[in-house]
Amino acid sequence: MPEITLIEAIRQAMDEELARDERVFIVGEDVGKRGGVFRATQGLYEKYGPKRVIDSPLAELSIVGVGIGAALYGMRPICEIQFADFIHPAFNQIVNEAAKMCYRSNGEWTVPMVIRAPYGGGIGGGLYHSQSVEAFFAHVPGLKVVIPSNPADAKGLLKAAVRDPNPVLYFEPKKGYRLIKGEVPEGEYLVPLGKARVSRQGEDLTLITYGMTHYYALKAAQMVAAEGIETEVIDLRTLLPIDRETILQSVKKTARALIVHEDNLTGGYGAEIAAILAEQAFMDLDAPIKRLAGPDVPAVPFSHPMQDWFMPNAEKIAAAIRELAAF
Amino acid sequence: MDGTLPDQTLLEMYWTMLLSRRLDERAWALHRQGKIAFHISAIGHEAAQIAIASAIRRGYDWIAPYYRDLTLMLALGYTPREFMLSLMGKKGDPSSGGRQMPSHWSLKRANVISHSAPVATQTSHAAGIGLAIKLRGEDKVVITTVGEGSTSQGEWYEGVNWAAVHQLPVVFIIVNNLYAISVRQEQQMAVANAADKALGLGLPGVSADGMDFLAMYHVMKEAVERARRGEGPTVVEAKVYRITPHSSDDDDRSYRSREEVEQFKQRDPLVIARQHLEKQGLLTPSKIEEFEQRARELVEDAVRFGESAPYPDPEEAAYPVYAEEVPRA
Repeated sequence: MPEITLIEAIRQAMDEELARDERVFIVGEDVGKRGGVFRATQGLYEKYGPKRVIDSPLAELSIVGVGIGAALYGMRPICEIQFADFIHPAFNQIVNEAAKMCYRSNGEWTVPMVIRAPYGGGIGGGLYHSQSVEAFFAHVPGLKVVIPSNPADAKGLLKAAVRDPNPVLYFEPKKGYRLIKGEVPEGEYLVPLGKARVSRQGEDLTLITYGMTHYYALKAAQMVAAEGIETEVIDLRTLLPIDRETILQSVKKTARALIVHEDNLTGGYGAEIAAILAEQAFMDLDAPIKRLAGPDVPAVPFSHPMQDWFMPNAEKIAAAIRELAAF
Repeated sequence: MDGTLPDQTLLEMYWTMLLSRRLDERAWALHRQGKIAFHISAIGHEAAQIAIASAIRRGYDWIAPYYRDLTLMLALGYTPREFMLSLMGKKGDPSSGGRQMPSHWSLKRANVISHSAPVATQTSHAAGIGLAIKLRGEDKVVITTVGEGSTSQGEWYEGVNWAAVHQLPVVFIIVNNLYAISVRQEQQMAVANAADKALGLGLPGVSADGMDFLAMYHVMKEAVERARRGEGPTVVEAKVYRITPHSSDDDDRSYRSREEVEQFKQRDPLVIARQHLEKQGLLTPSKIEEFEQRARELVEDAVRFGESAPYPDPEEAAYPVYAEEVPRA
């Protein structure tokens, strides 16, 4: 199997879906001739033309709103929001329109669309090119929220998202675009939405995470393994709907749970996982549920020392693992 | 001026306006009787709406409406019975199965998309439908309506801008009734005509007398045909007046004088249409009475139908959240 980067996997997924289904089109800022500011759509404009890869005005709510309209008409839009930080103007369209369309029309209208957005810090992007926004949307019934952590999943999940009949938010760990490489299966395959993956087997504790922090979590698990701590790592892959079964099964086995995400702690996605474990696995736990998350400051600062202070990394995760294992 | 419209069409236009008015009046009465919880009225807007409906190919073109479009919906085949189900929150309401407040339309069989209550959100949906039509090389047209207050929203500018940039087959209608609940046009915008906003977005903006069904029809017809020919979008402003309060929860005496309301009632769109058709000899006293009788019967039937219809089962509130659950609905 060939080894490719995360962003190449994302590009392959879009390329294959554009080729497979003429209803699929890409719309967003700079996605055309420029091929996207991160090059996610590089070469697609040349291959599929301006009717399939459409440069939008610099206005996020209408990228999503136009996508919704096209989806209602029977198209399969892939909307790109250049940075997750810029998705907030489209919040109304995503939460009040896309998410509620099926329910409010009693199923007469559905919105099959994908909204892609790079998220996360560690790239010197400061407050407005570093945000993690998944918790806002994972709270909203009617949406699906997907965050891949590696090239094989990224490709299979994105292809599944394009074919899903619902609005799917697909957040991409931008720091991992070229950093994270991996093998991708040859030929056609899908990774189903709503299914988590045990990416590392272990007996001592369960580490539940997703996206970029999954990359760090695997490194941390390797570090503590040398010290004799065996960590089971769960890559959630889909935040909404959540795969409760995989989480509960693992925590019932290890009796300890560490939840890691880059988004800030309070009201973060980890709170929901902690609540599920407290409700459904309390009697199986040997230690309090532990969360390692971004600090509760408004966003990631620009200057490197402050950015590093904010960001989770393998060392911070390893320290949290040791603490939990020692409880 | 109305030489382009057959007599039968003119009579149907009047009939739909009349039916809309009588249903609307009954909705107010039902509210005052405590039989329904909410009503948002189209009284004063009927001519503009029937003009819009008459300018499009119904069942072929697409519609992204707003909550004051009762006459338009009736013209598209929405029935008085269905309206009563919506007013009463009964099972079988085709817009939402009792999920949405009344007059939040959706009617797939007539290509009417579902809209919400945050205003102007449907504007970019209309642009998106227009984009899909253009990408597929079809000759359908999209029409979308908002009140003049909604044109203050970034939502509206972004949607219209999209359609102008991509020359999409969309007609953006602004129904200007002077008030966004209590706030007058002068506090809403610095332009004299809401349609003037089109100038800054690079598409034609035309204002029409929305109280006169024929004046409005001719403006709409041109905008729709222009869009169908692939010549791009148009902003059409229908100047109307909301004769009733904003909704059943509003008291308009706090922000406008009775004299002003009376003055605009002199230009009641239903009366203007009736007088025009009387002059043409199309409407006679006996024909008017026949229409009124038919409207009374339909309204009575609809109320009886609505009152005897069951409420949704409470459990229906649990779905369909996702498309996979639609077969249950």
